[in-house]
Amino acid sequence: MEEEMEQVRRYFSSGRTREASWRKSQLHGLHRFIGDREDDIFRALLRDLGKSPVESYRDELGILKKDINAALDNLADWMSGKKIKLPLVSFPTTAELVSEPLGLVLIISSWNFPFGLSLEPLIGAIAAGNTVVLKTSELAPASSDLLADAIPTYLDSKAIKVIQGGPDVAQSLLHLKWDKIFFTGSKQVGRIVMAAAAEHLTPVTLELGGKCPAIVDSLPTWDFTRDILLKRLVSGKFGSCSGQACVGVDYIIVQENFAPTLINLLKGITEEMFGKNPKESHAMTRIINAHHYKRLKNLLKEDGVEASVVYGGSMDEDALFIEPTILVDPPINSDIMTDEIFGPLLPIITMKRIEDSIKFINSRPKALAVYCFSTNDKFMRRVATETSSGSLLFNDTILQYAAETVPFGGVGESGFGRYHGKFSFDTFSHEKAVLRRTSLPDFWFRYPPWNDYKLELFRLFYVFDYLGIILTVLGLKKPRPRSTNV
Amino acid sequence: MLFQSKSSSAALSSMAEERKISFDADDAALLVEELRGRFNLGRTKSYEWRVTQLKGISKMIDEREKEILEALQKDLSKPEIEAFLTEINLLSSSCKLAIKELKHWMMPKKVKTPLLTFPSSAEIVSEPLGVVLIISAWNFPLLLSLDPVIGAIAAGNAVVLKPSELAPATSSLLSNLLPKYVDNAAIRVIEGGVSEASALLVQKWDKILYTGGRQVGKIVMAAATEHLTPVVLELGGKCPTVVDSNVDLRVTARRIITGKWACNNGQACIGVDYIITTKDFAPKLIDALRREIEKFFGKDPIVSKDTSRIVNLSHFTRLTKLLNEDGISSKIVLGGQTDENNLKIAPTILLDVPEDSLLMTEEIFGPLLPIITVQRLEDCFNLIKSKPKPLAAYLFTKDRQLKKKFIDNVSAGGMLINDTALHFTVPTLPFGGVEESGMGSYHGKFSFEAFSHKKAVFHRFFLGDQSIRYPPYTPTKTKILKTLVSGDIFRIIRALVRCFKA
Repeated sequence: MEEEMEQVRRYFSSGRTREASWRKSQLHGLHRFIGDREDDIFRALLRDLGKSPVESYRDELGILKKDINAALDNLADWMSGKKIKLPLVSFPTTAELVSEPLGLVLIISSWNFPFGLSLEPLIGAIAAGNTVVLKTSELAPASSDLLADAIPTYLDSKAIKVIQGGPDVAQSLLHLKWDKIFFTGSKQVGRIVMAAAAEHLTPVTLELGGKCPAIVDSLPTWDFTRDILLKRLVSGKFGSCSGQACVGVDYIIVQENFAPTLINLLKGITEEMFGKNPKESHAMTRIINAHHYKRLKNLLKEDGVEASVVYGGSMDEDALFIEPTILVDPPINSDIMTDEIFGPLLPIITMKRIEDSIKFINSRPKALAVYCFSTNDKFMRRVATETSSGSLLFNDTILQYAAETVPFGGVGESGFGRYHGKFSFDTFSHEKAVLRRTSLPDFWFRYPPWNDYKLELFRLFYVFDYLGIILTVLGLKKPRPRSTNV
Repeated sequence: MLFQSKSSSAALSSMAEERKISFDADDAALLVEELRGRFNLGRTKSYEWRVTQLKGISKMIDEREKEILEALQKDLSKPEIEAFLTEINLLSSSCKLAIKELKHWMMPKKVKTPLLTFPSSAEIVSEPLGVVLIISAWNFPLLLSLDPVIGAIAAGNAVVLKPSELAPATSSLLSNLLPKYVDNAAIRVIEGGVSEASALLVQKWDKILYTGGRQVGKIVMAAATEHLTPVVLELGGKCPTVVDSNVDLRVTARRIITGKWACNNGQACIGVDYIITTKDFAPKLIDALRREIEKFFGKDPIVSKDTSRIVNLSHFTRLTKLLNEDGISSKIVLGGQTDENNLKIAPTILLDVPEDSLLMTEEIFGPLLPIITVQRLEDCFNLIKSKPKPLAAYLFTKDRQLKKKFIDNVSAGGMLINDTALHFTVPTLPFGGVEESGMGSYHGKFSFEAFSHKKAVFHRFFLGDQSIRYPPYTPTKTKILKTLVSGDIFRIIRALVRCFKA
């Protein structure tokens, strides 16, 4: 493996991947892969997760295509660097920021959006001119196989490698020296990644998770718009990989007097979207594997939790299927309210006043997203200024993932670093400051031996006191006496 | 031991006293808890609080200039004007810039939203991270302590600053003075060495900014892993200076000297570490350097008061070891004198030391300047690339092609053509390293951003939803969804019409 990486590094050193033409050709290749092999991708996702093609396109393929197009459209602009303004006193010096690729980067992907979370960072890494090793998740084997198989035929295999395998392969990779590691996954593995990166002083981006709360303050009175919001809320839980999404709604907070209404509405909308028999609806994915199924089952089995189920709850171990399940006020210290759920179990927490939701959220680790459904401007402003999260979305869920103009990333325990759109390009680049000077003018007072006169000129230069400079140079202004002796 | 003599119990109680004075992990935990509590109550968030603190720091720098200069003189024998230029003035400007720009920096930035998410509006809001730790270095002990603090405060955080114990006078000054000028309830200075730093590093911080050496940088990042704390590491490296033969020799020599010996006597992370030039040009360059060094520092530079001393005996010993390595002393073409009593080493130039010598493998961080000669200047790239990426790289030339090749092929934190070290003073440029010279950057607005979280805030409106987003899923929905994602407005209108009809 080390030898293979050496080869890739040598290829990077040749400068091929820095050329705009190479980057464009790779992005086109990626686009072709998603287009040509769409059916294979749908099939792989169906096998790995039971994911419907509509969900697959909506959450993975469509977004990838959009982002590849955005990268192609903007690449020249991103690559061109930025001129930096300098104060007049530094004329004729010029300064600019030049974006350079970092070198050889490692992307570690996840299983819940195996194409999205593999290829989205890849778009950024390629656009920035790097060579890449992508380690796919072994928990989504069909997707991993397809990527390992197809990517070398659509992309430059000397520069972009797909490596499959489990924790032991990941460990071997992490021992090597990378110029950047981009990791999507859990907190625990995030720590392992960061610790390994520290050995080589490798910068990392960690896209982790957390418990993303959805505060439901008030809904519109008109049925039509109210139902739109409810659909967004319900779909943000059950409709995106059955809740196995880092930006999915984890739990809802609602004021206790509004709770019964909300619960009934949620039940209605859930049934409308997923039918009386959700397993047959093909609108939900299954749980990824037996381990996670058991984990979710255990969340429900805890004391006091099972009793709080008000909708759903039925599970099929053979099919690894759990139907949309709603709980009301499970014990606050139960695992379901402390661990990230990552499944189709939706606790609703009631509070005396909805404003208490802010304190509740702040008493917990910062999440990747906070959602808030409200028509009250004052409350929305409070949520915006008094809570912290990767991102904040009002009156919808998950959509920020699809907007390439906003940075996508966490804060606190939900991670650090960000990507999507230009943020992806920046994440895989080094912004090098370049300052160009000329021999003249050369300021004699820059150099020792030192005296008061030189000091005075510096004082004036730093505050851009041009008149003062002229007067001092002409001898019409005397240097200030200093507070100490030389 | 049940029976203790009076003297041993006295010794034990004085040991207990000492233990109380030092700062351990429990003390650190209490400190962080206290600061976090204040932060959570919103104490540091307001614009008014931030500006008040910044004004306090600015006032401290102005009013206490005398004490600051004395401390820098004690710690480093730093010439007063150098102290003004590289520490006091820079800090003062940094503070004033932050005060001037803060309102603008704090403003949310509206961003365009893609057609896919229409109708919606989005903005990027800057939030403070929380409680941040700044670990400073000894070579510019005031600047490297307070400049990050300025950024952290501007971004609305609570701050703990741990100055370097190797610059004890400055550390003590910061510890005594800062509380008098800023809100001590949210900004603290903790003095100490390795054990205090370790006690601090095991706590949960929302960001750590560390300036120092690579080894400790690794330790800091490893410690940050426990709490998944993001870090900015400002490390070092061997900053190469390539000198072409078509330059104005006098100006070039002066600027090199400024970037080496007038920059804390070579003890600077962006100082010129070594020079690469052609075999033919080297003698001319050495002559020019010799002439200008005499002009700057006199006939006997080792006694000049216009250079800092070596910070302490340990570094002095390290540097003399570099000079005493086998085969090195014969390469000295200028200087080489050392004075252990005064911790001074003369400006020393060496010609063509072996590539595997300590001088060429370790970061020098001192007044020794190796010049490596090559046949053709283009050969410099191989040498530079064989070493880890440095914090800065410098090139003196008039050749446009060479400038382009240098910028395109050499990776470094920052780069200067025809000068040295100046980029450090430009607040509109991000200052930071790459690869082994560090990660993250700061200065000016970049400081504000280093200590902020940029939160994407999205507002969606009620209408304009596409039922195709939700189950139950049908083949028609897939088709329409594909159209929407394409961003083509005509296709979208057609699709939506179809959708509403459905």
